[in-house]
Amino acid sequence: MNNFSYTTTSTAKEATSARKDNAQSAFIAGGTTLLDLMKLNVEQHPQLVDINMVPFKGISETADGLRIGALERMSDVGENPLIVQQYPAISEALLLSASPQLRNMASIGGNLMQRTRCSYFRDTAFPCNKRNPGSGCPAQTGDNRGLAILGGSTACIATNPGDMAVALVALDAVVLLENSKGKQRRVPLLDFHLLPGTTPQRETVLEPDELIVAVTVPTAAHARKSHYVKVRDRASYAFALVSAAVGLDVQGGQIRSARIAMGSVGTKPWRALEAEKLLVGKPANEASFRAAAVAAVSGAAPREHNRFKVEMVQKTVVRALQEVAV
Amino acid sequence: MDTEPRFFETNGPGTGGVVGQPLNRIDGYDKVTGKARYSAEFPQRGLAYGVLKGSEIAKGRIQSIDATAALKEPGVLAVLTHQNLPKLAKTPNDPEGKKAIGAPMGFLPLTSDVVHYAGQPVALIVADTFERATHAASLVRVQYAVEKPLASYLDPKAEIFNPEKVQDDKTKGYTRRGDARAALAAAPIKHTATYTHAINHHNPMEPGATTAVWEGPDRLTVYESTQGITRTQKSLATMLGLPQEQVRVVTKYLGGGFGCKGASWPHTVLTVQAAKAVNRPVKLALTRQQMFTGMGHREDQTQTLQIGATQEGKLLALVHEKTSTTSPWDNYAEPNSKIINLLYACPTFESSYQLARANVMTSTFTRAPGEAPGSFAIECSMDDLAAQLGIDPLEIRLRNYAEKDPTNGKPWSSKSLKQCYARGAELFGWSKRNPRNGATRDGKYLVGYGMATASYPVHNSQGTARVRLYADGHAVVQSGATDLGTGTYTVMTQVAADTLGITPDKVRFELGDSRLPTAPNSGGSVAGGTVSSSVYVAAQEVWQKLKKLAVADKKSPLYRAKLDDVMVEKNRLVLKSNKQKGEDFMALMKRNDLPDMEGTGNGKYGSGYEAAQAALNADPTKKDEAGEHSMHSFGAHFCEVHVDAELGTVRVTRWVSVHAAGRILNAKTARSQIIGGSIFGIGAALMEETFRDQTFARYTNASLGEYHIPVNADIPDMTVEFIDEHDPYINAMGVKGIGEISMVGVSAAVANAVFHATGKRIRELPITPDKVMGALAV
Ligand SMILES: Cc1cc2nc3c(=O)[nH]c(=O)nc-3n(C[C@H](O)[C@H](O)[C@H](O)COP(=O)(O)OP(=O)(O)OC[C@H]3O[C@@H](n4cnc5c(N)ncnc54)[C@H](O)[C@@H]3O)c2cc1C
Ligand code: SF4
Repeated sequence: MNNFSYTTTSTAKEATSARKDNAQSAFIAGGTTLLDLMKLNVEQHPQLVDINMVPFKGISETADGLRIGALERMSDVGENPLIVQQYPAISEALLLSASPQLRNMASIGGNLMQRTRCSYFRDTAFPCNKRNPGSGCPAQTGDNRGLAILGGSTACIATNPGDMAVALVALDAVVLLENSKGKQRRVPLLDFHLLPGTTPQRETVLEPDELIVAVTVPTAAHARKSHYVKVRDRASYAFALVSAAVGLDVQGGQIRSARIAMGSVGTKPWRALEAEKLLVGKPANEASFRAAAVAAVSGAAPREHNRFKVEMVQKTVVRALQEVAV
Repeated sequence: MDTEPRFFETNGPGTGGVVGQPLNRIDGYDKVTGKARYSAEFPQRGLAYGVLKGSEIAKGRIQSIDATAALKEPGVLAVLTHQNLPKLAKTPNDPEGKKAIGAPMGFLPLTSDVVHYAGQPVALIVADTFERATHAASLVRVQYAVEKPLASYLDPKAEIFNPEKVQDDKTKGYTRRGDARAALAAAPIKHTATYTHAINHHNPMEPGATTAVWEGPDRLTVYESTQGITRTQKSLATMLGLPQEQVRVVTKYLGGGFGCKGASWPHTVLTVQAAKAVNRPVKLALTRQQMFTGMGHREDQTQTLQIGATQEGKLLALVHEKTSTTSPWDNYAEPNSKIINLLYACPTFESSYQLARANVMTSTFTRAPGEAPGSFAIECSMDDLAAQLGIDPLEIRLRNYAEKDPTNGKPWSSKSLKQCYARGAELFGWSKRNPRNGATRDGKYLVGYGMATASYPVHNSQGTARVRLYADGHAVVQSGATDLGTGTYTVMTQVAADTLGITPDKVRFELGDSRLPTAPNSGGSVAGGTVSSSVYVAAQEVWQKLKKLAVADKKSPLYRAKLDDVMVEKNRLVLKSNKQKGEDFMALMKRNDLPDMEGTGNGKYGSGYEAAQAALNADPTKKDEAGEHSMHSFGAHFCEVHVDAELGTVRVTRWVSVHAAGRILNAKTARSQIIGGSIFGIGAALMEETFRDQTFARYTNASLGEYHIPVNADIPDMTVEFIDEHDPYINAMGVKGIGEISMVGVSAAVANAVFHATGKRIRELPITPDKVMGALAV
């Protein structure tokens, strides 16, 4: 860990300006990702800009859906009655994340920005293209059990490990951003995270002087009937091996609309649009679900130790759909 | 539901009845209030902080170390490397030094430019604060001449060899009893299986930590997180070239150890040298990441076990082979074969060890070293054999019940395994087990029952204790043992209270200091039996002195009584022939103007329980110092699992352990120990695994975030019971020790339950969801 200065800010303008002046500085919210990486020397920042007093708060119902302030805590969002009832997959994903202590600290904005758990990335003794562009990717042939089968490149196969983003991306969430000029823009979460390609160090479309203000999620029948299933090596307090967030709108046994996204299998939260299309108009039964699951993993390129994910995530998608269809 | 702990009746002179009772930990209050000081928490004037910098590479040589930037940082006092570490009288780097130091550590970093393993310390940075030292460590630049490392015995380039001895020269590399190969060839039923065990790390809550204080140019005090005070004292004295008594080692509390604090490790002596170099006290605690390369681990290993049996499932032959990774300087392998040789009646046995050197830190004693992975192999194979022959798993074990120690034909000092089986089966409801595998379902889950046998030897050991009894009715009892957190403070207080006939609140038990009477390493499950026996014998000496005093004291009601006719009853000396006649020790001591009275005692393996109880008068008839008996504790585990039939996740849903381990000193701490060990076993069975990158020979999950140990959600309520067992041969207290047996057989019980649930046998630990799902798909 290096020496750094620490600044508190109480408005978005102050915070984004501070970072505009010094792109090496970092915003700190809960600090549960940032401080870990700084202690590991994976990230070095001369300055931390504390945004916890910036008023990006509130969980509210808007005319067209749900709005969650970026500085709301994972625990508060996960337990919010509106979210529990109307957007259960989001609540489930949050409450299956990390530990209660972490969820009490961690913010929604920080959660979307969390970085991969790829072991090589987190240990500076290893080469890693994401941490040190051009140094190589030992994960391709090394310990890749936890890494991506979808969206990878020869430069990087790191997964986005988060849970909440999977539920959000399934439910068409939009991220609201604001820069140092006070200008706001809305980016669908689907487009917020980037594929690694040849530049795995660039993970999102966020500009250095931009902050995440809030996340919005449209109301929908399939959001009310949504569900998150997480498979992991132990019963709690572990990142997903694979996960699935699904939403279904079924009427008279027929699927009217469907949403499927998968976690810990893609280099970003992985939405399975083709699989969703396959489901529309089909009976809500196991055969339909299985066909959709097969489509969901099309293009999968597993490595030596993560081959199991191809099958496991399909089963997880089917399980999630079955549980929500009943 | 917790089952009520079952108590022993307490025996022996002076026992007031607290031994065996579920007394709360007497150190509990100090621990939860933070008053208890761990080894990195002793304040020192002018204390400086040490931080180790580990090697980025796993093999090669250090070409240069540039500490210029680090030394320029404010507060930095020194950067020690192999170029400027104060010279040691001896290092373990040569066989002679290794022997003299007496530690398994056979290589000391910072004594040459050689890099043997990733994470090996290459510099020790000392600064006035921890943060400054940590930051400075990141500024030290090391240039290496990198060589290609070997990561494990699985590397095709690894050279496999047959060592003459393994495990620090304690176990033979090849053993045989009868002609097992021939017996195997002739056996009507054969079973062969290969098992792999992942690398496991101890991961105690408290990391390795040292506070080194030079009291003078040749007097040292070290606050050390160690399971062995004397061992640390000896090895430091040898390396420093000091008389042993000029090195004081203090360990008041331990936050676990699980074997990794049983040996001496490099950071201790390096911290001592750093304190010398900066002429200030220095403390150093390993980081969690450094705990993965700083204090050993359980090695990666493959075992192949071949069984020959009769149609009825009776064993005829056992042939065991183990191949594992060891370090460039050591021949360490856990002695897996011992339990395989011992557990069942079998006329022939053969075992051999193969090793390959790789660029890894040496492996070491880890939570039931040998017994834990060895029992995984034999107990899974027995389960398979039962399935193959259509015999109930419990029944096949009974058919092979060893009435004598199969390894040497000796009678057991005591063995209550049959009672463990019976009670465990009853508590668990084993009779409800469906004999067919993969046939019990509960919704989306496959349900399985599994069981396994546990055993652990009573290791040869001895220790000493001192008892000082005061005329006002209280006592100070001392022994240089350590308390791993398992309850040594508490149980020794109980033993002292009972043997002196006073209440526990009148006893102060002191441990954890090399100035106290010597005690053995808290390892190999010996502390409970040895230290309690030392305390017991020391208290007897006090009583003996008091008796002599009484019979010679005109004012005593016992004046002129025959020594043989005087006995102890609680806190009183009375006549055997007339128990009304007597007096308590306080009256006797006060009248004689004796403020206190001291006794010392030696607790020994095999010194006999009844003998010691009768030590005051009778000749010891039940001694077994000659080793006519084989001494082991035994137990049985029963496990129910739910396996997700699609996703392959395994959850342990019920657990029963029943053990027989001689006298149980405290029903509560004993139960906790069995629970803790079983949870470790469940961890090894289902999730614990350190990954070593095969190209870089470096761990990739060296943190508690990615190295999974069970969390509460993984563990059901556990039922633990003990069988009353009276062993007259073990030691003065009849205590066999329960440190490690708690984990033996656990991973097999889980694997057997998974087998019963799914019909699939998984022989590669840990049994993670991917493996189960893969097996179910076939
Ligand atoms: C041991 C452990 C286990 C975990 N397990 C899980 C798990 O099972 N599932 C899971 O999903 N997650 C898990 N996490 C990750 C956890 O959810 C994230 O660390 C947390 O959500 C990050 O939020 P934070 O507020 O602490 O972010 P910080 O650490 O404060 O920030 C993280 C990054 O986001 C940036 N940032 C923060 N807020 C904003 C904003 N409003 N706008 C722009 N940039 C911002 C920061 O600059 C920083 O780069 C785990 C973490 C740990 C340490
Ligand atoms: S997968 Fe990505 S993060 Fe992991 S080592 Fe390769 S480049 Fe680095």
